[in-house]
Amino acid sequence: MDEAPREFGFNTRSVHAGQRPDPYTGASATPIYQTAGFVFEDTESASAYFNLQEYGNVYSRIMNPTVAAFEERLANLEGGVGAVAFASGLAAQAAIFFALLEPGDRIAVAKALYGGSTAQLNHLARKLQITVDWVDMDDPDGWRSTVTPETKALFAETIANPGGNVLDIELAAAVAHEVGAPLVVDNTFATPYLCRPLEWGADLIVHSATKFIAGNGTTIAGAVVDSGAFDWSNGRFPSIAEPSTAYHGLKFHETFGVYGLLMKLRSETLRDFGAVLAPFNAFLLLLGLESLSVRMDRHVANALAVAEWLRGRPGVSAVRHPALLDSPYRPLVDRYLPAGAGSVFSFDLESGREGGRRFIEALSLWSHLANVGDTKSLVIHPASTTHRQLSDDELAASGVAPGTVRLSVGLEDVDDLLWDLERGLQAARGSAVPA
Amino acid sequence: MNEFQDRRTIQEIVHNARTVAIVGLSASELRASNFVGYYLQRHGYRVIPVNPNEEEVLGERVYPSLRDVPEQIDVVDVFRDPAAVPEVAREAVDVGAGALWLQFGVISPEGARIAHEGGLAVVMDRCLKVEHARLLGRMHWMGFDTGVIAGSRR
Repeated sequence: MDEAPREFGFNTRSVHAGQRPDPYTGASATPIYQTAGFVFEDTESASAYFNLQEYGNVYSRIMNPTVAAFEERLANLEGGVGAVAFASGLAAQAAIFFALLEPGDRIAVAKALYGGSTAQLNHLARKLQITVDWVDMDDPDGWRSTVTPETKALFAETIANPGGNVLDIELAAAVAHEVGAPLVVDNTFATPYLCRPLEWGADLIVHSATKFIAGNGTTIAGAVVDSGAFDWSNGRFPSIAEPSTAYHGLKFHETFGVYGLLMKLRSETLRDFGAVLAPFNAFLLLLGLESLSVRMDRHVANALAVAEWLRGRPGVSAVRHPALLDSPYRPLVDRYLPAGAGSVFSFDLESGREGGRRFIEALSLWSHLANVGDTKSLVIHPASTTHRQLSDDELAASGVAPGTVRLSVGLEDVDDLLWDLERGLQAARGSAVPA
Repeated sequence: MNEFQDRRTIQEIVHNARTVAIVGLSASELRASNFVGYYLQRHGYRVIPVNPNEEEVLGERVYPSLRDVPEQIDVVDVFRDPAAVPEVAREAVDVGAGALWLQFGVISPEGARIAHEGGLAVVMDRCLKVEHARLLGRMHWMGFDTGVIAGSRR
C-alpha cells in the first residue's frame, strides 16, 4: 500500500460510486435484489443485525443492496456521509421532518416552495402540532428575523419551484447554526452536479430523485443525505441524542457518531413509515446518475437558450430564469451555480389564466405534464394544476401569477422547442396557430 | 486534525492489525465501546479490554491498564475522556503498541502528539468499526459512503 488513495472526479464517481462488480457473479451492472427478506447466517448474526451491532441485511423495508448502491452513490456525489432513500421526495421530506421535530417545535421555511411541499408542511403542522414560520428567502434579513430559540430546522430549495429564487446557502446555514438548528436544503432542481449545498454549510439534503436524477421520467423516488457535521448532542435533539425506546435505550448519536441520524432515520423512521424505495426503481436511479453530468450540461444550455428567446417575445411579460444576466438571482447563480441554474423556470403570459390555457392547448411537441427534470420538454400551468390547492396569498408567495407557465426544458433540438413555443405564444395572443 | 485522519494510515491499521486493546471498554451492550468490541471480535480481531472497573467483558479478561496486558498490542483503541488520553498515550508508547486510535469525540492533540513522537501510527476522531466496515465490511449495505471506487473484481 505505497500509493495514496486517489480522489476521483465527479464523473468517475457518478458511474462507479456505491457499486462494485458483483463479487459472486462478476455482474458489471448493479444486480436488482428483488427480495423481501434475507436469510441469516446464524442466530448470533440475526440478533447482531436486529441490535444494530453489525451491518446486515434483514428486510427490504429497511435496507436492500440495490437501494443501498443508489444511496451510497447519491451521498458520495453530494459529499455526505450517507443517504436513506424513500419511495418519493415527499416521503423523504416527511421522514426527515418527523425525525427532527417534536410537538411544539418551530420550523422556518422559505415561502418560495414547491406547492406540494407547502401543502405537506401545512398538513404536518396540523397533525404534529408544529409551527411553520414562512420566510422571504430573498430578504437578506429574512431568516435571521424569523428564527426563534424554538426553531428546530430551516428548510428551502436550492432553486425554488417554480419561481427560480436562488437560496443564499451560506447565509441560511449561518443563521441556522446560530440557533443550533440544521439547514435542510431541497437540491432537486440543482442536482449535485450543479450545486452541492453541504459544501456551503447545509446539514441535510432532500431530493425528489424523480426529476433529473432518474432523468427519464420513469420513477418516483426520494432521498435524504446527511453531511454528518451537525452536532445532534447540542441539547436540542433528544430523540437523536438521548436513549431510544425502540432500541432498548440505544443513544443513536453517541453510538454511531456522524452516522447517528441516518441510522435513526433508517432503523426507526423508514422502518415505521414503510415508504421504502423499490429495488427496481433504485436500479433505474443508478442508471440515471451515471449520465447525470452529460444530461445536465445539455439541459442547462437548452433552458438558457429558451429563456433568452422567450424574453422580449410579444405577449410575454416576464421570464424568471435565474441565470439571465438581468435576473436578481444572477449574483447567487454565479456563486452557487457556476455550471448552470438547471432547466426548470417559469415565465408569465400577459393574457393571464385564459392565455395560459390557449398556450398549452396549442403546443404539440411539449408535453403538458405534472413533472419536471425529464429528457422530454414539459410544460404546466401551475395556477390550475400543481399549485391549485394553494390560496391566492400562498400562490403569490410561491412566485406564481395566473398567467405563469412553468417549463422543464428537455434534451430535444432547441429549434424544435422554439418552433412549438412560437405556436403557443401566437395562440395565447389570440392569433391563429400556423399549421 | 487531518494529519491524524490519513486514509493510508487508516487502511494499513484496518488491514494489518490483529490485536486491539480497547481502553474504556464498557460491559454495557448499549455503549459505543461495546458495539465496537463486539464488532471487532466478529471480524476476527483479538480484543483485549482495558478498564479498571470491570473483570470480564465480551468473554475476555479485563486488564486495569495497558501496562498489565501480557501480550503484544497492535492497536490501542481509546474510549475515554480526552483529558485521560495523554496518560494512555504514554502507556501505549511504553508497551510498544503499534498504533493509537482515538474514537469519535476523543480529541486530544497532546495525546496524539505523544504517541506520534513515540513512533506510533495515530488516528483521531474516527471509529475503528466504521473504518473497518467502510473498507472491508458491509457499510455499503446501509447506504453510507465508503469512498470505495472500483471497476475490477480485486
